Amino acid sequence: MNTQNRKRRKERIDRGIKVRTDSLYALMSWREITYLITPRFILIVGMLLLPFIVPGMYWQRVISIVCIYALLAMSFDFLAHYVGLVSLGGAFFVGTGGYISALLNTSLGMNPLVTIICATLLGGMFCTLLLLPCLPLRGVYFAIVTLMYPLLLARVIEALDIIGGTDGIIGIDSFPNTWVEQYWVIGVMLLFLFALRRLVNTDLGLVLRAVKDNDQAVRASGMNIIHYKALAVLIAASIGCMAGACLVHIYMWAGISTFALDFSVLPIAATVIGGSGTLVGPVIGCLILVPVSELLRDFGTLRIVFYSLILLGFIVFRSEGLMLYGQRKYAQFERWTTI
Amino acid sequence: MEIIIYGTINSVALALYALGFALVYGISRLPNFAHGALYVLSGFIAWSAFNSLGINYFFSILLSLIITGIIGAVIYQFFLIRVRGMEISEIIASYAIALAILEGLRWGGFKGMTYTLPAFVEGSTTIAGISVDYQRLLVVAIGAALVTSLWLFTRYTRIGLALKGMAQDERAAMMLGIDSDLMAVVAMGIGSMLAAFAAILLLPLGNIVVESGYNVLILAIAVCIVGGIGSWMGAVLAAFLIGFAQILTVVYLGSHYQMMVALAAIILTLILKPSGLFGQQKELEERV
Repeated sequence: MNTQNRKRRKERIDRGIKVRTDSLYALMSWREITYLITPRFILIVGMLLLPFIVPGMYWQRVISIVCIYALLAMSFDFLAHYVGLVSLGGAFFVGTGGYISALLNTSLGMNPLVTIICATLLGGMFCTLLLLPCLPLRGVYFAIVTLMYPLLLARVIEALDIIGGTDGIIGIDSFPNTWVEQYWVIGVMLLFLFALRRLVNTDLGLVLRAVKDNDQAVRASGMNIIHYKALAVLIAASIGCMAGACLVHIYMWAGISTFALDFSVLPIAATVIGGSGTLVGPVIGCLILVPVSELLRDFGTLRIVFYSLILLGFIVFRSEGLMLYGQRKYAQFERWTTI
Repeated sequence: MEIIIYGTINSVALALYALGFALVYGISRLPNFAHGALYVLSGFIAWSAFNSLGINYFFSILLSLIITGIIGAVIYQFFLIRVRGMEISEIIASYAIALAILEGLRWGGFKGMTYTLPAFVEGSTTIAGISVDYQRLLVVAIGAALVTSLWLFTRYTRIGLALKGMAQDERAAMMLGIDSDLMAVVAMGIGSMLAAFAAILLLPLGNIVVESGYNVLILAIAVCIVGGIGSWMGAVLAAFLIGFAQILTVVYLGSHYQMMVALAAIILTLILKPSGLFGQQKELEERV
């Protein structure tokens, strides 16, 4: 570094329009309103139009899978960055939701859309009950326990040969048609995305973030942190179970592979790449990662190598993620100043 | 009698899996999720050196130990040191490395049952009416020797003492002039070498398969957590506890349940006593 460079530094300043749109003045003119709405509008309309744009059945199926992974990634992001519980066991939620939905469908003959809602509620409660004893744990300990849960559950099903054993459950009804399937998952994904964004800004969200930042302070304020953690896990587990239930109805099959590590790893990778703690970032990460991994399907396990290397690169060298980068560019400008 | 002999062998194997993981976690607080991957990798390095390059078996083992140690140190120096102290990033980053190594090996064609390392000593003997092959006895002997020499290493050598000091209190160690980053790299190198050592000793008992990477990682974590992190005695005792529990379940329940013992042990220990049976950490640090 020469002396010329040392005298300058880059500074970032909020754009005027960003500052104006922070408060009620956003309603001042159409320009401000457009500035606020455009990113959200692009996401919603883009997602809704996607089934029309993509060619063929195969890529429509990929869109559904993207949304399912996006649900999982959002649930991971919510738990990890707003409550401070890092759950490496996304597959636990997927498997539970999937199996409950499959059982309700095959044994009671319920409509797929009804079973998905039932699986969301029942699965969420089931996962929360099982995770209840580990809620006092934190940090790496909670992560390891949640990593073990899906493995253990898969082994239990395998060893006891219950609910289908190693063969899984077959003969599950699919959605009535592909359009219902597409718009169901897309709608659910958008609904949960904006609901979660609302939630983290309410009073409840504030308490949850406080639990993440300093749980002793929350306790000292006379609040039961286990209660709040359980609530957060219930929300995240329900979202994960919903994803699992949709997945089972798309593939028309539920088996031990719903507990596979894929469902734990890819959402985390998507969250890291998209930008952690933004809730939108994971969706964007999934929109990038899932199609890429479909394109690389011919390379077999090399694609896992490929995206684990991307994940490593992002987490070690660029840990802010795409969404935060985009947000910064959208809300701020940069310039060189002399010191 | 069979239970005692095979239980002991299984326990020593578990202790060998866990040593490297425990060392790295104890010193640099890095939950090294790439441990199992390094285990498998060193097996393949030894296999390639022995079969493809045609090097003498003893030297190919030595080569594998050294290369794995260097790989571990390089991984730490260039990647993991950047996320040091950020637990979640450490887990995700090391897990990504593990996936890259294991799936890369699988892609490279190292799969199936064809890859085996020869035993050091062929043949078997009978102890109290049970036939045991020499390699398994060798595992117990070398395992015991390894634990003892590590204990001596951390007690009587300069590097060992520096590592121990860092494990106890990193800031105090830094004040005494111990380069904590360098020591973390050294610890990771030694930890990887221990993984390689376990691989060299235990792989001749079966095939080298990529899947064993994941199992080794789970078993290592199980032993470390049950034993209490940062406690050598605890890790060894936990290895015996889980080892015998596994053999007992295989004998009385069936081999399906073998892995469930380890998983259940982890979950139960973390729920009931997260610092482990002999943990030296304060409870407040890990739970509220």
